[in-house]
Amino acid sequence: MKPSPPEPSPYGDPAQRAAARQLGMWLFIATEVLLFGGLFVSYALYRSAYPAAFADGSRRLDFGIGTLNTAILLTSSLGMALADHAARNGRKRLVRRCLLATWLLGAAFLGLKFFEYHQKFAEHLVPGRFFRPDGGGAPQLQLFFFLYFALTGLHAAHMLIGLAVIAWLGWRARDRSGTDPLPAVEIGGLYWHFVDCVWVFLYPLLYLIRPP
Amino acid sequence: MTTPSSAPPAGENYFNRDYSLRSWLTTRDHKRIALLYLASITGFFSIAAVAAALMRWELLTPQGDLVVSDMYNRLFTLHGVTMVWFFLIPSIPSVLGNFVLPLMIGARDVAFPRLNLLSWYVFMAGGLLALYSIVAGGVDTGWTFYTPYSSTYSNSHVMAMAAGVFIAGFSSIATGLNFIVTIHRLRAPGLTWFRLPLFVWSLYATSLILVLATPVLAITLLLIMLERLFGVGVFDPKLGGDPLLFQHLFWFYSHPAVYIMILPGMGVISELIACFSRKRVFGYNVVAVASLAIALLGFLVWGHHMFVSSQSVYAGLVFSLLSFLVSVPSAVKVFNWTATLHRGSITFDTPFLYALGFLALFTVGGLTGLFLATLAVDVHLHDTYFVIAHFHYIMVGGMVMAYLGGIHYWWPKISGRLYHEATARVAAVTIFVGFNLTFFPQFILGYLGMPRRFHIYPAEFQTLNVLSTAGAGILGLGYALPLCYLGWSLFRGPRAGANPWNATGLEWTTPSPPPEHNFDRTPVVTQEPYHYPEPGA
Amino acid sequence: MKDSAARTLLLVYASLLAILAASAGLSRVLAGVTGTAVALGLAAAKTALVFLFFMRLRRQSGLVRVFALAGFFWLTLLAVFVAADYLTRA
Repeated sequence: MKPSPPEPSPYGDPAQRAAARQLGMWLFIATEVLLFGGLFVSYALYRSAYPAAFADGSRRLDFGIGTLNTAILLTSSLGMALADHAARNGRKRLVRRCLLATWLLGAAFLGLKFFEYHQKFAEHLVPGRFFRPDGGGAPQLQLFFFLYFALTGLHAAHMLIGLAVIAWLGWRARDRSGTDPLPAVEIGGLYWHFVDCVWVFLYPLLYLIRPP
Repeated sequence: MTTPSSAPPAGENYFNRDYSLRSWLTTRDHKRIALLYLASITGFFSIAAVAAALMRWELLTPQGDLVVSDMYNRLFTLHGVTMVWFFLIPSIPSVLGNFVLPLMIGARDVAFPRLNLLSWYVFMAGGLLALYSIVAGGVDTGWTFYTPYSSTYSNSHVMAMAAGVFIAGFSSIATGLNFIVTIHRLRAPGLTWFRLPLFVWSLYATSLILVLATPVLAITLLLIMLERLFGVGVFDPKLGGDPLLFQHLFWFYSHPAVYIMILPGMGVISELIACFSRKRVFGYNVVAVASLAIALLGFLVWGHHMFVSSQSVYAGLVFSLLSFLVSVPSAVKVFNWTATLHRGSITFDTPFLYALGFLALFTVGGLTGLFLATLAVDVHLHDTYFVIAHFHYIMVGGMVMAYLGGIHYWWPKISGRLYHEATARVAAVTIFVGFNLTFFPQFILGYLGMPRRFHIYPAEFQTLNVLSTAGAGILGLGYALPLCYLGWSLFRGPRAGANPWNATGLEWTTPSPPPEHNFDRTPVVTQEPYHYPEPGA
Repeated sequence: MKDSAARTLLLVYASLLAILAASAGLSRVLAGVTGTAVALGLAAAKTALVFLFFMRLRRQSGLVRVFALAGFFWLTLLAVFVAADYLTRA
């Protein structure tokens, strides 16, 4: 076999490459909006059809954990924004610290989320064969909980990917690596912020429903 | 980029640089990835074509004698799913688009070469999962996966098939994203938007649809899979769900997907018509912008698939009106191509025969679409063979003709060889004749009331069905021919040279086959596309 | 210069938490359509802050901004036409 050729690059200069990556990431975020969008539209339809069942379901969620988790994610977004800021100033150590804080906050969010899932499991609120809510509940309560698990589950899957990305960014930002951490932190950060924004909408739609 | 320290030896190109399997499976070269797609989708096409052949064979006689109804259901599902997601959607974008887009805009590659290779692997993973579901026993829901049948009742392998399509969707998204960023960021110096070839415009419009519609299909298929797993009633009216929600979400993807399956074809036709009538495409700007208009309007007409569901009649009115509107930019294109032919110096080479075939068949397909967009007429024609004939005129008569035209047009660039022209013309005519014989009788069958998706039918429909099956035989022969003579040309065809058609466009300025990085020197563009000399000048 | 940029980020963060507090508090008071509209409005405000400052959309070219909004625009198309069906059923 021939020696592998140098990494083929379609770009003329680094600025062109950075611009292409930014555009690509924003476009990817647009696709994510529509991926979650299908679920949001289903949610809107069923909530408008069964407002009482949805209010009932919302009351069975843990308002405290939901609010705390929102605050945790917003803080993690700040951590990511500060990492980006530090990378712009070439301060690799600070980049790593900010990324570590972001990662820990993300992990804390997921920890609380899985604690919530555990609670729902114990209360027989997981849709399917074992769905047996206390006091019976409205007939379409199961739809609410299905959407709850689908939306938060899809979000949690994105969080897991995000945590892996942050770990990778931290690895790239180590002192001995010769690469500039900024381009990757910038692109990875866009993803992380977007995933947080999804939760920002899930929070009022799932936790803050009051009966009409 | 700096020039490589050791210049490649003369005569080395992307194809003969390294023949090892490993070099193909790890390539990031858009041209090689295009060929990976070409091989894969030819395989999928053949599988789906066999299913179609079995169906036509069954329909020779009114009674069921080859297969039982359940098997027939699995055959048309296999045919539909495979043709739509594993042949038509990737056909022109992933094969021809991947190959010529960077060449047309003077780039070394697409914007994200690794993502491009990944998208092929994702596509194959989805395709193999879909094949597994067929081998395991098949799926009987039809390619549309309508709920609650698919989500609650069907006992076939819906999970594996839906998962396969779900996975393949991400390949579409990756390809679309790659093309959009490539067109925005990697155009050669001087190549402004209105100097782009029309194929690039149509790929841009297609990519917008790929990127914005496919995620909704992904989530919809995920909902079906979750519903099958947990039975919570998202689409089951008994538990408060609404089956029509599925249809809305599904057609929000699948109607625009129809434009994924025709826009790139329109782009190819623009190239062919300009080249073989030696003229700039009449009303270039209008044709370019019409692609974008079709992409946008195509998102607003999905409800015309749901006229006879319990959709609101008012929504139906709006969807009907918008469906008429989307025909305007499509018709504008047809008129502009026809006007381009006027007083052109035409040569009837094989690609041009396909272009003419496209014009005729797409016009028939488009006009019959207007019948179906009319609310009252649709009540009569819905779910009959009229619909089958209509969309095959668009997808096979339109897209497959354009795909074959494009393959023949760029084959000398791809392979560096010329194919046998006379044989190729015979094949083109065979396909045109076979196609019309197959599908024109189906318009009449549908109008007379023969419903789709049944393996038996009343005896009075037999004559037309026999004609249709005979046509399918001719069509199959027509499709087999290019496999033979194109394959033969790879080894025995005469060398093509850089520009065998004397065409304009950057892809014809580099050797055939192109070197690994497409151009020895980044081209600079100074004029508009299709700068053919004025006839008589 | 560095400090002023960092200060902006912290200020944005403080606003985000303030909006979150408002959102949580108001949800105990407002109900029905008003409650939902206010809650979604506040969520949109938070998202706008994150997009503009944390994701630096403020400093991006017009093209990137269009792409950032494209997803939301197409989602609106989906929602509006689905609603058009369900809200006008006879």
